[in-house]
Formats: sequence, C-alpha cells, structure tokens
Amino acid sequence: MPRRDDLHSILLIGSGPIIIGQACEFDYSGTQACRVLRREGYRVILVNSNPATIMTDPEFADATYVEPLDVESVTRVIERERPDALLPTIGGQTALNLAISLHDAGVLDRYGVELIGASVEAIHTAEDRSRFKAAMEEIGLAVPSSGFAYTVDEALSVARSIGYPVVVRPSFILGGGGTGIADDEDGLAEIAAHGLATSPSTEILVEQSVVGWKEYELEVMRDTADNVVIVCSIENVDPMGVHTGDSITVAPAQTLTDVEYQRMRDAAFACIRRIGVDTGGSNIQFAIDPDTGEMVVIEMNPRVSRSSALASKATGFPIAKIAASLAVGYRLDEIRNDITGETPASFEPTIDYVVTKIPRWAFEKLPGSSPVLGTQMQSVGEVMAIGRTFPESLQKALRSLETGRMGLNCDPAEVVADRGTVDELVHAAATPTPERIFLVEAALRKGASVERLHDTTGIDPWFLDQMLAITEGRAELADRTPNELTRTEWRRAAGLGFADAQLAYLWDVPSERVREARLAAGVSATFKTVDTCAAEFAAHTPYHYSTHEDEDEVAAVTRDAVVILGSGPNRIGQGVEFDYCCVHAAFALSDAGYETVMVNCNPETVSTDYDTSDRLFFEPLTIEAVRDICDALRRDGPRLAGVIVSLGGQTPLKLAHALEAVGIPVLGTTPASIDLAEDRERFNELCEALAIPQPDGGIAANADAAAVIADRIGYPVLVRPSYVLGGRAMQIVYDAETLASAMAELIGEGSLGREGGLSAERPALVDRFLEDAVEVDVDAIRDHTGEVLIGGVMEHIEEAGVHSGDSACAIPPPTLTPEVIATIEMHTRALAEALSVCGLLNVQYAVKDGSVFVLEANPRASRTVPFVSKATGVPLAKVAARVITGATLAMLRDEGLLVPPATGGHVAVKEAVLPFNRFPEVDTVLGPEMRSTGEVMGVDRSFGLAFVKSQAAAGNALPMSGTVFLSLADRDKPGGLGAARRLVELGFALAATTGTAAALEAEGLPVAVIVAKVGEPGIDAVDLISSGQIDLVINTPRGHGPRADGNHIRRAATRHRVPCITTVAAALAAAAGIAEWATSEPSVRPLQEYHRDGQLPLGV
Amino acid sequence: MSRTEAVLVLQDGTMFEGEAVGALVPSGVATGEVVFNTALSGYQEILSDPSYAGQMIAFTYPHIGNYGVNDDDLESHRLFCRGVIVRDLARRSSSWRATGELPDFLVHHQVPGITGIDTRRLTRHLRDVGAMPAAMGTDEAAVRAAARDAAGTDGLDLVADVTTREPYTVGDADAPFSVVAYDFGIKRTILRRLIGAGCRVEVVPASTAAADVLARNPDGVFLSNGPGDPAAVVGATAEIGKLLGEVPVFGICLGHQILGRALGATTTKLRFGHHGANHPVRHESTGRIEITSQNHNYVVQADTIPGGADVTHVNLNDGTVEGLRVRGIPAFSVQHHPEAGPGPHDAAYLFAEFTGLMTAT
Ligand SMILES: Nc1ncnc2c1ncn2[C@@H]1O[C@H](COP(=O)(O)OP(=O)(O)O)[C@@H](O)[C@H]1O
Ligand SMILES: Nc1ncnc2c1ncn2[C@@H]1O[C@H](COP(=O)(O)OP(=O)(O)O)[C@@H](O)[C@H]1O
Ligand SMILES: [Mg+2]
Ligand SMILES: [Mg+2]
Repeated sequence: MPRRDDLHSILLIGSGPIIIGQACEFDYSGTQACRVLRREGYRVILVNSNPATIMTDPEFADATYVEPLDVESVTRVIERERPDALLPTIGGQTALNLAISLHDAGVLDRYGVELIGASVEAIHTAEDRSRFKAAMEEIGLAVPSSGFAYTVDEALSVARSIGYPVVVRPSFILGGGGTGIADDEDGLAEIAAHGLATSPSTEILVEQSVVGWKEYELEVMRDTADNVVIVCSIENVDPMGVHTGDSITVAPAQTLTDVEYQRMRDAAFACIRRIGVDTGGSNIQFAIDPDTGEMVVIEMNPRVSRSSALASKATGFPIAKIAASLAVGYRLDEIRNDITGETPASFEPTIDYVVTKIPRWAFEKLPGSSPVLGTQMQSVGEVMAIGRTFPESLQKALRSLETGRMGLNCDPAEVVADRGTVDELVHAAATPTPERIFLVEAALRKGASVERLHDTTGIDPWFLDQMLAITEGRAELADRTPNELTRTEWRRAAGLGFADAQLAYLWDVPSERVREARLAAGVSATFKTVDTCAAEFAAHTPYHYSTHEDEDEVAAVTRDAVVILGSGPNRIGQGVEFDYCCVHAAFALSDAGYETVMVNCNPETVSTDYDTSDRLFFEPLTIEAVRDICDALRRDGPRLAGVIVSLGGQTPLKLAHALEAVGIPVLGTTPASIDLAEDRERFNELCEALAIPQPDGGIAANADAAAVIADRIGYPVLVRPSYVLGGRAMQIVYDAETLASAMAELIGEGSLGREGGLSAERPALVDRFLEDAVEVDVDAIRDHTGEVLIGGVMEHIEEAGVHSGDSACAIPPPTLTPEVIATIEMHTRALAEALSVCGLLNVQYAVKDGSVFVLEANPRASRTVPFVSKATGVPLAKVAARVITGATLAMLRDEGLLVPPATGGHVAVKEAVLPFNRFPEVDTVLGPEMRSTGEVMGVDRSFGLAFVKSQAAAGNALPMSGTVFLSLADRDKPGGLGAARRLVELGFALAATTGTAAALEAEGLPVAVIVAKVGEPGIDAVDLISSGQIDLVINTPRGHGPRADGNHIRRAATRHRVPCITTVAAALAAAAGIAEWATSEPSVRPLQEYHRDGQLPLGV
Repeated sequence: MSRTEAVLVLQDGTMFEGEAVGALVPSGVATGEVVFNTALSGYQEILSDPSYAGQMIAFTYPHIGNYGVNDDDLESHRLFCRGVIVRDLARRSSSWRATGELPDFLVHHQVPGITGIDTRRLTRHLRDVGAMPAAMGTDEAAVRAAARDAAGTDGLDLVADVTTREPYTVGDADAPFSVVAYDFGIKRTILRRLIGAGCRVEVVPASTAAADVLARNPDGVFLSNGPGDPAAVVGATAEIGKLLGEVPVFGICLGHQILGRALGATTTKLRFGHHGANHPVRHESTGRIEITSQNHNYVVQADTIPGGADVTHVNLNDGTVEGLRVRGIPAFSVQHHPEAGPGPHDAAYLFAEFTGLMTAT
C-alpha cells in the first residue's frame, strides 16, 4: 500500500531532556522522522521540551512547540493544531507513555487524532509486563518464571514461590529504572518498594534471575503488509544482570550457530506479530543459557530505541527513517535502500565488519555513587567503533571513550590494573564496573585462564579469547623495535587494533617514530565502507571506517572539503548541544558549496547519520585517526580546506595544536588564541592588559602554592583546573585543609592522565570565590574583519558558584541593568578582538554589586548556542561555520542567513535536568561541578510563565497550592523570607525547621508545622516529606565544606518526587512564576510564531 | 604461534596475501572457482553443502569458526568445496553445541584454506569481474601458474561427483507420502524438511531413468539442489521431462533450473551469483516478501520460459526468476532454499505446498 493520502498533518512527540536511559538517539530518530514526513508532504507538528535538539529547529517541522511534555501542554497543542495523526514511536519511552496518557485522558478521541505506528493495545501488551508475559506464553515463547506484585508483601510472597535471587522489573519504565536483583527478603523489600514507586502503573514483575545468561537483542521491522525483517542482531559482552545500556555490546551476534539464530529470529517474528506493532521498528531482548541453549524472552520495546539507533549506525539501515515511511502506509519493498540505490529496503542487512558499543559513565562527577553496574542503567552516553575484527573494534571503541585510555591497556593508565596480582584481578573482575574490561586484560596478561575468567565474569569464552589474542599480540611485539617489524607484522598489530600511541608506550618511543616506521613498512590506514550488503552491491553513500588492509575506498575529493570534528560520547558537560552545532555546520557549509566531512564516534547522534554530511568517518576523535582521515582526503590533491575544531566542545578543541603541528590547517580561531583563552594563567594576564576585572586569584601547580594564594586572597576560594569542561574537578573551598585535599585529588588525577588532572603544564587556578554574585553567559561571533555579533546575553537564575550548565538562565536578562549589559557586551567585544577570535566565543561573567567580573572565555561553541538560537531565531552555529570558513557577517546578512534576533514579546528560560533520581545517595545541592545530563526550555510572554513551564518541563512541576517546607541557611534567610511571604500571599501554608520558623514568625509569617532539628524530638523532616504533606521544598544548604547539612531533606524530596529548590534565587523565581500562572490563561505557541514576532535588539 | 604465509591468486592475476589454514593439499596448490557468501552465520552448513563442489568459498563476514562445528549442522557426509577464504579464522570456539573446532574440521575433511586476507577487496573485485577460477597455496610462483590455467565450472557436470551411488531411503515407512528425490547434491536439511512434512524419501542417483522412478509409483518427485551448470546435466533434464504430468514435481535451486530447462527454458550464468541468507523475494500471488537463503550462479532466463509456465517468485534485488509453476501440471520449483540451513525460514511453507499438491493429485 502506498502513501496514506487520508492524513494531512502528523504530530510527533520528542523525548524531552537528555536523561540517563534517553539520550540524543531520539533526536536522531525524531529528526529523521520529521525529514521523511515533510518530504512526503505532510504538515509536521512537533512537541519537544529540549531546545538543544536538532529536531526542534524551526526548519524541521511546520510547527515546532518547545513546551513541557505533559498531558496539559500537549492537549493545548492538539487543540490548536488539530493533527490527523500522532506518531508516538520515535520519542522514546517518554513519547510512548505520553501518548498512552493522552489516549486514557480521552484527548485523542475528542480531537479525532489517530495513533499511527503502534496502537494503544500493542503498546499496553508490550509495556505492561504482565500482559507481555501472558502474550509470550500464549505463542509458546518461554519467559523466566515470575509473578506480579502491586505491594511489597505480594512481592515477597512471589519470591517465596520462585526462590532467590529474583529480579524486580517495573512496568512502563526506561533504562531499567526501578529494576534490581535481590538475594534475600530484606533486599527485595527495599528494591520492590523503589520499583513500585518507579512504575507509572505501580506494577512490578518479580522474576526468576537468569543472571549470567547470554543477552541478545534483535532489531525488527514490520510493515502494513506484515512483511518482517531483522535489521541487526546484537550480543552483549556483559551477560544478563548488566543493563544492555550499560553493557559492552557487539553487532552482529558472534557466538550463535545459525540454528539458534534462526530460532531467535522466528521468535522475534512471532513476538512482533502477537504484540501487534502494525508498522515500524521494535527491539526484542532475549537471554540464552550458555550451557543448554535454553532461550527466554526478556522484553520488547515497541518503538525505536537506543539500540535501534546503534543498529542503524552499525548496518547503514536507517530504522527511524524507514519506520516513519512505514507508519504512513508504505511497504518495505516500496522503499529504496538509499545506500545501494538499487535494492529495496525489504531485506536484511549483512555486514563485513564488527561493531562494538561501549557506554560512558559519569560516576566521578557524582560523589557518593558507587560504580557498580546492574540492571539499572547508569551510563550517560556511549561510543561505537567499527573494525574488521572484534579486537580492532574493541580497542578503537575504548580510545573513542576519551577517558584517557588508548585501547585495551597498553597505555600509561594501565598501571592501576597492573598493581593487582592475578587472584586480586580475577576477583575484582567478578564485579561489573566500568573498569572491569581493563582488569580482565591485565588478568589474562598475568596468566589467568579464559575458563577461570569466564567462571568469574560470565563473559563468553570467545570474547575472552579474542582479548587474549590482543594480549598475546602485545607479547609478540614487546621485545621488538619499530624498524625491524615486517609489513605482515605491522598489519597483524594494526589488525589487533593497536594504535601507534599504544606501541609507542610499549616500546617507549615517540608515537611519531612508530608512525614513520609503520608507513615506511607500507602499512597505512585504509578506509572501508558501511554499505548494508557486505560489498555485494556498489554503495552510493561514503560512510567509512578505518582498518589496515589492502584496499582503500575513499573517493577523490572534488570540491573544497571541510572536516568537522564531532564531540564524541555524550557525557555530563558535553552533550547533544555540540552535536547540534556540528550538524548545523554541515548543513550551512554544504549549502555554501563545500564538501562536508564529519568525524565522530557517537552512534546516538544526528551527526553520525550518513546523510547529514557528504562523507562520514565513524572514527575515534584522536589525533592519529583524524590525521589518517585528512591524509586520505588529501591523497589526490590539496582540496582539503581544513578542519573545524571549535563546534564539538572540548573534544576537538584539544586536538587543535597537534593538528597544526602535523600541517593540517585548523579553520577559525587559531590554536595559539585557543591556548591563550584556555590557559587560565595567560588568560588572566590578558584580562589585566585589557583592564577587564577578574576575581582575584593565582596559579598553583601544587598544594603549597595553592595555600599561599589562598592566604593572600582569603577564603572562600574556588579551585579550577585548565582545559576542562563541565567544571570537572572544580571545588569551592572554605578552609586550608580542604584546600590541601582538593589539590591532592587533582594531582592524583593528573598522574592518570585523566581530564582535569593536574600537572606542571596544566596547573590549577585558585580564585577568590564571589559569593551571591549573578552569573551571566554570553555567546558571540567575531568574523575575520573584526565585526562582533552578540548572539545572546543570558542571566542565570542561580548565583555564581552553581555551574553555568546546572543553573537556569533567561533571555532576555530579567534583572540586569542596561549599564551592566553594556559593560558585558563591551568586555565581550574586547576579548573577541584580543583573542582575534574567528567564529564563536562564549564568555562567562559574575556580576556582584553592579561590577562585572569575567570568569572565563571559551573560544568555541558553547552549551547554550542552540538555546540562544531557539530563543532568538538566529542560527548562530550556521553563521559561525560560515564565518570560520571565511565569510563575513556582512555577507551573511546580505545572504539572509544572518537575521536580526527576535526577542520582542517573549522570554525563554533554560532549566537544567539532573540525574539524581538515578543516584539517590548523591547530594542534590548544586555546585561548581556540573552534573546535569540535559536541559529544557520554557518560553512564554513573561519571565514568570516561562519559568513555570521550564520547571514543569524539567519534571519539577511547581505546585499552585499546598504546603511549602522551608529550611534556610542563615545567610539565605533575608532573601528566603521574601519568597515565603510571596507564597503565603498566594495561599500556601508554611512548614519550617526551628531556626527558619523563628525567622519567619519574627516577620509575622504563620508557620503551620515546625520541624525539629535532626536528632531532636518532634516532627521529623523526612517523615513529613514521606507522608506526602509537602508540595514544595525550599532548602538552601547551611554551613560550608561538605555541605552535608539538610542533605537528608533534599534526599527525601528526590525520593518522593517533591520539587526541591536549593537556592534563594530560584525560590524567588518560583514564587513570581506561581503568582503569574495563577492569574493567567496558559497558552502554547510554536517557535515559528515567536521568531516571526517583533524583532527588538537583544537584552532589552 | 607458527604461521605459514600463503597467497590466493585469481585467474586475472589479482593476488591476496594471508596465512595457510586447514588441510595441505598434496600438490601444495588448490584450485577452484571463487564465490563469496554474505551470510553472517551458518558457515558449517555452507561448507558442507554439495552445491559448492568445485568452488572455493570466500566468507564476507570476517570471523568464521566462532561457534565451532557439530554433527547436526552437516549438510552432507563430506565436504565438496575446494577451499575456504576468510578474514579471521577463530582460534577458539564457544558454543554448547560444539563438538570440535573449525580448523581441525577443515583438516579432517581435507579442505585447504587461507585466512587474514582482505576479503572485502576480494568481494568487490569478484562483484565487478564475476566469479572466477583461482588458486591458493604457499608457493607464489606455483600458485600463479595454477591460477592461469585453473578451470571454471561452466559446462562441467559436477553432479556426477556428488550424487549418491546407490539409492537410499529416509523417513518413516508409514509416512503419508512417498517421495523419490533426485540427488544432484541434496542437503540433509531438505531431507529433514521433507520428512517433517510427512514424507518417506527415497534418494536416487541423478542418472536414474524416469521409468525407474515411475516404477516406484511415488506420490511425488523432488529435484534437489546441486553444484554447477544445469546445462551440463543433460541426461537428468531429459528424464525429468518425461515425469512432468505423470507425478507431482517440486524442485529447489539446481532442481529448479533443471525443471526450467526440461520445460524448454534456457539458463544463463550470473556475474557472481547469489550466495547468502538475506535475499528479498516477492511471492507474486500474495505480494508477500520472503527473506531467502540462496546459493546459485545460474538462473532460468525469464524471457525464455514457455507459455505453459508462470513465474511465481521474483528476486527483488535484480529481478531474476525465483520460482516457476507449470500450468495444468502439478510441478513447481524455486531458485532459493526454503529449507534454509543456513538462513531464514520464511519460505518453509513451500514444503507444505508440495504435500498439498501430492494430496490433490
Ligand atoms: N530475569 C532476569 N534475570 C537477570 N537479569 C535480568 C532479568 N530480566 C532483566 N534483566 C537485566 O535487566 C536489564 C534491564 O531489564 P529490561 O526489562 O530490559 O529493562 P528496560 O526496559 O529498562 O530495558 C536487562 O538488560 C537485563 O540485563
Ligand atoms: N570566582 C568565582 N566566583 C564565583 N563563582 C565562580 C567563580 N569562578 C567560577 N565560578 C562558578 O564555577 C562555574 C564553573 O566555572 P568555569 O570556569 O565556567 O568552568 P567550566 O569551564 O567547566 O565552565 C561557573 O559557571 C561559575 O558558576
Ligand atoms: Mg531492555
Ligand atoms: Mg563555564
């Protein structure tokens, strides 16, 4: 059946902010769906609260609503737009669950909106674990024996009948939220309680544990004519018990005989048919007993998923794109495979390489969290690498992670693992952690057998033996020298995935020498193509990966080419925002006639979609890899214009110097200028020279130096390493001993080559910490003629000291005076000039008592670029890309690319989204080290309304009535009282801890409930919050140092999902917002309308 | 670890360097026609498929041998292929089903091999120049010489080498259907499928005369898969012609090509054939897509099929004929492998169609 002509407008729901378990893979799927549906001529209406996404670009939909993803807001969108259909399967679990709620609320029926892709029935059968289990049994597929529970007691009795250990799995969850493995009654009681709280339907499955079984996933596609294909099979290296999202996974499946694979394929077909997913992609997970081959079904996700993004990148088969076409009626055989151009999409991709995915975690940023992997997903991002063999792809993936590792050990950081004895290593490897794989290799190197490691880790012997091959290869190379290696030996080494840097470490010679010897022996990187068909047909999409074999498939460059370096794996501090910038650069530059070349290793992204740029190289962002790519592109002539390093965050910026050193042109701001800005010492000198005030401070490479500075400038001080992002390892220090320990930590990290680590050439800054200062972010663009465009001035809600990435901010600035704004713009221009920036510049300021201090300047795209563009309608990233490649702002104005900002009539508020629900043991107080995983935007006609929307979008919907619990630090009391009074006027009742209560009553504010201090008799804070009598918590931490005090209050709030505000500034904003919301009619409007509106200069 | 360097040289002189694995052929040089197979799993079934007689198999998937070998996944009692070409032969396998390792299996069955070569370059080359005779071994000069005068499979009657010498019967004596199967190189999975469909199968040599088949008065006749050029299997084609209309006939792969020729159609050689487990085929009467397992270099030419027969299945990659049905006469055949082994089970329904046909007549 061809395109459905009975549909005209289709509503897409995005997945909202980046959170653990839902990252930018849904920006990728959403963007693809938008493109396809618009190309098909449908009116596309999009709702997504995440401004950092590419899909929320006004040009990707006819109407783009950046609004909270809740029933109320989306209902308003539906009222306003009256779409014919809703496609709920491309926005992750968020979109799926929201679609169900809209249906249950009768909204879809009321407005005659048809669900396409998956029916309510199908979604329920797949997501509701009890119905799923029944369905599987009905079609004769085994599932682990289990029972359902709606209370903890029921859970315990189910467990009694199955026997421990058991696994708890809530319904309708994502990323294993609320799941866990219990070995006994106590454990189960706790896990079950949490699980019940997590499940939207307070239903949990208590299931027989199959920990240690092999875990597999199949990506399935089905069309309206019931044609079904498997796009990809994925095998987990970490067996059952570690969430697939936290497992190292490999495509295709490696250790299944065809007989077993076909049995799994048949089961997948039966499953998707029984569940009744009408069209599109689904993900089905299986577990197999390694000793008997017994197979059980674990779950099915009736939507595109993280794994389907991986599968798309791993095979070249664009699942989301095709799912969208199928949803509007096309059959698989009516869709072309655009890689071969000649064959249809109704086939099963076959590949001639191995793909390895490795998650990236952020435990180091979440003090208190323990880095043990389990059934709950904890990773914040992932990398993928392609190699011709598993060892090659594994080592490439490990260096793609950017955790200071160059592969499977054989690098300086291996000393940590090597400290252990074989027994210690084998023992430690039994616990799944991010470090486990390195321990396994170390153990193998020290003689542990594959069998022994298989017994302790459950990792399949085949994978272990492949790692052993790397280890043995290393041993063969160890006592050789670069120059004596034969061509065959070089090829074997490279084939095992050894980077020059690893061999340089092994031989203790410079990488450059290894490279020269290798090239001299005639072994250089050769690039192969991802083509869905193992070369059976010619490929028309240049999607490449490197290896070291005979033939190179890179076609000659015919137009001036620009290489855009991506941002690598998502991590806290560097996420989808930077992918947004790289993708926009690709679009702008190909419009300008360049050939665009993307280099990145993050499978979740739009940048690694093969049709985003003219060529895609799926490679680690290391100097070696980038150099090989540039060499390949330059082989047939000097058509390579250069490399852009300033749009992918800190990752490519770090390569600027090395690239220049090996003669690869770096476009835009020169590496020298980058250094000047990044090296905090030299930057200070620059500011002095420019007479731009900075917090008093100094540079210290060791603890003593730091102490000296601190004594001079006085406490509190802020300790900041250079060349970091997201405030890595940054600390506010209030006294000498804390300072000493802080410096000690940094020095430790440095010796491991970790990010933020301290070393002689990378010293730390010790600055006077400005208390209660207003922080301001500015994004600007300077062109080579010296014209500077101020893209946006953002006023932070939280005070300086809360990382810019973690604090809310607003455009235009709500409280800054015109004078202050003028000063800020002046300083920004001066800095842009002094750094002779060519492209983007982000400057952060702290404003204290009217005077402006500069905190730092980043001569690169910042986290806020997409937010500014959504708020003002100015495509900063595109403009920057053009400026970097030589265009002037004047030219771009004439072209119409650079439009005046639209800030009249609306305010945009960005709010950060933090992962605390995943890490209940972590303190929620915000500080200078960034911990948010994502962001949302609220936009409306006033600051108050926009702020309320931003809170709702971030999942902390503010109450409109009820009881507010205040517990304020002394210094916060004056400000806090203001907020309290406002709330009382709005009819809220107050609860407060004794001290705060006294202050409130002194001001004549009634306190309904007085809460006793910790340990003292009386009403306990935690009980009060748990009892559900509190609707909002305002708790600003008391005291200094490890801000433990009040921690129990904040934790209780997180656990019971009570919105919790930790700064006075945010409390005031909330009070203002609630006041306005109460008195005005909520409304929704698309970005396209805001941008069309009155165009006033920024900051008015 | 001891490694012996080896080379693979195609007739056009293209050379690939790797390491010798598997058996050492007496002459030191192995020759055969190189074809590539794109299946991701099922190497043991592929290696033991008699249809590969005279050919050297290049696997496009780099890791081969991961799950070892076992007795159940053998498609015939011995290996007829002339060599194995891989990127990486597993050092150690892992599977609860495994009873041995692939390298030993190759030695045991006297199949030579080469590992560590750029199989993707080989595949891209064959894609352009077509399946080609080649030689492999450790002595480059000898290999080059052998490659120059190595023979292809065109016009060769390889069936004679692989067919059973004596008739034999499988399946229950009291099975509902009795079937005579022409053995042109039959795969065990096909026999398992026929038995599963309720057939007792007497497997007879390719040279068996139609009269002898009819004398057994079977409910149906099955024409098996097999190696090489159907045009070279002259005798059998004539005999099959005599069976049409007398008894229900079902053919697979070479059996399909022979049925086509018996009907008067001609067969031609594809550039590099279809060898894999992911080929989309449209079932014309239903419009349904089947993902099929394939292994053939020759096809029945659509425009030569006489009026009396219809094309029932079409390959969606290149439009070639995948299935035939004779009008008014109970005879049909498919080019792909509904029995899979290895490959998807999407087309398994065809065995039921065969029994259906036998019940009807
Ligand atoms: N019965 C079980 N025994 C052991 N581990 C399990 C079991 N069920 C699930 N798991 C583990 O928990 C992880 C998360 O479970 P899953 O149902 O897939 O949650 P999600 O819906 O978040 O993917 C799985 O990836 C698997 O590793
Ligand atoms: N001197 C200071 N006084 C108060 N707060 C500061 C000071 N310096 C930095 N900060 C706070 O620390 C945060 C992180 O510092 P910054 O230099 O921006 O690190 P990053 O480079 O990771 O963004 C800033 O966003 C700001 O809130
Ligand atoms: Mg799962
Ligand atoms: Mg900053």
